[in-house]
Amino acid sequence: MPRPGFVLEVDRSTPPTLMWHGEGFRLERLPVGARVVYAPEPVDALDDPDGAIRRALLNPIGDSAPLPALLRPGMRLTIAFDDISLPLPPMRAPDVRQRVIETVLDLAAEAGVDDVVLVAALALHRRMTEAELRHALGDRVYDAFAPNGLLRQHDAEDPDNLVHLGLTDHGEDVELNRRAAESDLLVYVNINLVAMDGGHKSVATGLASYRSLRHHHNVRTMQHSRSFMDQHHSELHSANWRMGRLIAASGIKVFQIETTLNTDTFPPSFAFLQKREWEWTVRDRASFLAVSTALERTPPRVGRSIFHSIKAPHAMTSVQAGEVEAVHALTTEHVYRQQLVEVSGQTDVLTMGLPYICPYNVNSVMNPILVMCLGLGYFFNLYRGRPLVREGGVLIMSHPTPWEFHPVHHPSYIDFFEQVLAETTDPLEIEAKYEESFATDPWYRHLYRTTYAYHGVHPFYMWYWGAHALQHLGQVIVVGGDVRAVRRLGFKPASTLRDALEMAEDVVGRDPSITHLHNPPLLMADVT
Amino acid sequence: MAGSPDPRATGPAPRAVTVNVPIRVPVTAAPAVARALQARGRLGGRVSTLRRSVGFPWTAPTWPGAVERPPVERSLGSDFDTAWARTPPARVARAVLLEGVVRPAVGAVASPTVTGTDRLAGLEGPVIFAANHASHLDTPLLLTSLPAEFRHRTVVAAAADYFFDRRIKAIASALVISAIPIDRTTVSRRSLDRAAEFLQDGLNLVIFPEGGRTPDGWAQPFRAGAAFLATRCGVPVVPVHIEGSRRVLRKGGGGLRRSSTTVTFGSPIRPEADLADTRALSAAIERAVAVLADEQAADWWTARRRAASGATPPLRGPEAGPWRRTWALGEGRRSASGPRWPA
Repeated sequence: MPRPGFVLEVDRSTPPTLMWHGEGFRLERLPVGARVVYAPEPVDALDDPDGAIRRALLNPIGDSAPLPALLRPGMRLTIAFDDISLPLPPMRAPDVRQRVIETVLDLAAEAGVDDVVLVAALALHRRMTEAELRHALGDRVYDAFAPNGLLRQHDAEDPDNLVHLGLTDHGEDVELNRRAAESDLLVYVNINLVAMDGGHKSVATGLASYRSLRHHHNVRTMQHSRSFMDQHHSELHSANWRMGRLIAASGIKVFQIETTLNTDTFPPSFAFLQKREWEWTVRDRASFLAVSTALERTPPRVGRSIFHSIKAPHAMTSVQAGEVEAVHALTTEHVYRQQLVEVSGQTDVLTMGLPYICPYNVNSVMNPILVMCLGLGYFFNLYRGRPLVREGGVLIMSHPTPWEFHPVHHPSYIDFFEQVLAETTDPLEIEAKYEESFATDPWYRHLYRTTYAYHGVHPFYMWYWGAHALQHLGQVIVVGGDVRAVRRLGFKPASTLRDALEMAEDVVGRDPSITHLHNPPLLMADVT
Repeated sequence: MAGSPDPRATGPAPRAVTVNVPIRVPVTAAPAVARALQARGRLGGRVSTLRRSVGFPWTAPTWPGAVERPPVERSLGSDFDTAWARTPPARVARAVLLEGVVRPAVGAVASPTVTGTDRLAGLEGPVIFAANHASHLDTPLLLTSLPAEFRHRTVVAAAADYFFDRRIKAIASALVISAIPIDRTTVSRRSLDRAAEFLQDGLNLVIFPEGGRTPDGWAQPFRAGAAFLATRCGVPVVPVHIEGSRRVLRKGGGGLRRSSTTVTFGSPIRPEADLADTRALSAAIERAVAVLADEQAADWWTARRRAASGATPPLRGPEAGPWRRTWALGEGRRSASGPRWPA
């Protein structure tokens, strides 16, 4: 029986707390009285995942017929799937997408469906490499579809392959991938790692164009999403749900398949990363020392490649299929069951260690903008109810924040960092003055469509992702970061956690309450 | 006088070097000593710095006061897993230790005489060897006295609370004598069930039915464990009498003393007919060991006649006060004629 998450109050006998620090870790002794929020242990995996997938397809939820009943000869079937940004870290083979898609294809083959196309739902993300596609789909699927041009990656800038479905009652454009929109059945295969994922967001975001996405990927939406991990209080979700209902009303039949994973995040050699420090065994301590010492002596590039080669032993905890909203309601319950930790009251100072990976730097560099997005976007928003840190409080993040960018993956990030952030860090001003020029820049568009680059507007979205936190917080301090890069982000640099806590006292007063988010493994604070 | 060891030597006022112990040495008077102490001071400083800096994760983590400690998962005592000790590498290692180390050591201190092995001719395992118990020497003595066909396919029932209370003892016991943990302090069938599994797997078992070493030289009542196992598994029990081991190494009696010992094997007792009952079988085993003791102390024919008439001297000694029991053992009066058994 896995133990639920819990909140530890630090006392004199509490051992130092592990904090992620990019491609490394720090052991920090937190002040007595500070709280540490620990994630629940990984919930039990499904005994027979393949059997569970088949049962889910045959017994759909909500207003949907079983998948075999929706399949017939001569139909156009499109199978869309989540891209490289999920799960994190990438999971050990076989990937959940492979399992699900193979089962769907088995049923399609039995029904005699010939016209099948697979589409990676990239939205404005970079294209996946062949190796990444093979890992996600497996060699059998890849070799059957890719050589025939039937494995495609969504292109949000291809006017010939987009179709405008209309406007929502809020005047939002809904423009989708043409193949998906014009299919007799669109099967969406999702991995729901956090509560933000899935639901109508899968199709309405993953297969949409910039014209459509800009209606919810903006500062106003993010500032009104409290948080975007809580779909019932998220403007991001409200917009996606409006779009999803328009998609359904347009006659597009979506058969949604959602899966959840447990938080078994690191392989046995890194087991100490998901254990509570006082429970570290001799082996855990030896692993920590060996890994830490090796990383100190390893060039950053090598350390990065070691970390990015980690494949998570994530296991599937649920799979449900059928009508989008009914499916997603159940999926969200499973996500909460795994990740929710009850926390009593807010804190003056929230500390967090940021790891080496976020959804947008898989096999890539965690540049300063992504550091901001992971800390202020994702981790800050991992709450339900109220933010973990009070309004006007201080967020302390630990990350090296190198002034470094992947030139192929993140070309527009470089210009955003060098030009835009040098002028202002105010999201509203950035949005008003710079977004359109980056979004419509032909060079970025060319790179997005033909190489492995994120869309030109993507760094803006990363900045907007942290807009709620920027509005909420009194100060952001980065421990151990590149001073110039941290200042460019508009944050305060600190050498040590102790320095950072002293600096925080200038904002929140003496003897502040301190809470540390021990994440990953992923957790979501249910703040009462 | 430079370099003189005399601290009263003339010259400039001596400078003092402070190290991590309060010693003051005039540098000019003893530069070599001072350099050594300076070096020692630096080293001492490093050691103390290291001592300060060594903590978690170099040392085990402390436990937060707010977190309840989970019950410790027992991996010692009767829960110690000895399966590894029966893997081929461990068996080879044990054979090497038994023949290369234990046998010469036992021979050197106990000069064992082994009799009665002819009674085991034709006997096929698994078998239970049930012996009296007076010394820690009994196990190695008995193991090295077993005929070769039994020796390397035998496990020893050992007290879980004594031989398996610490990991190092547990590992050594399992490796060297192929010990398996048996509960003797609690009423538990688990240990016996496990021992029965070994017998069913074809392994022989050495068991000391007294449950522990004799505290005063006379045998303690035999418990029914050996008889229960024999009845349950349908295997014969070979009674064994060990004489003299207490003279070599006694309970609570200090170190080793060289002396001679005798190991006498009796005829196998099968749990059949009137001995199918555990209690009856257990009594029969105790009687058989007493007859072997008599045989060793007197001679076979005398022992047989006493046994036939029910006059075998009891293993447990006279019903009397402690000093008379000790007196009856005759220990320390070995020059006098008379029997030396059953100690």
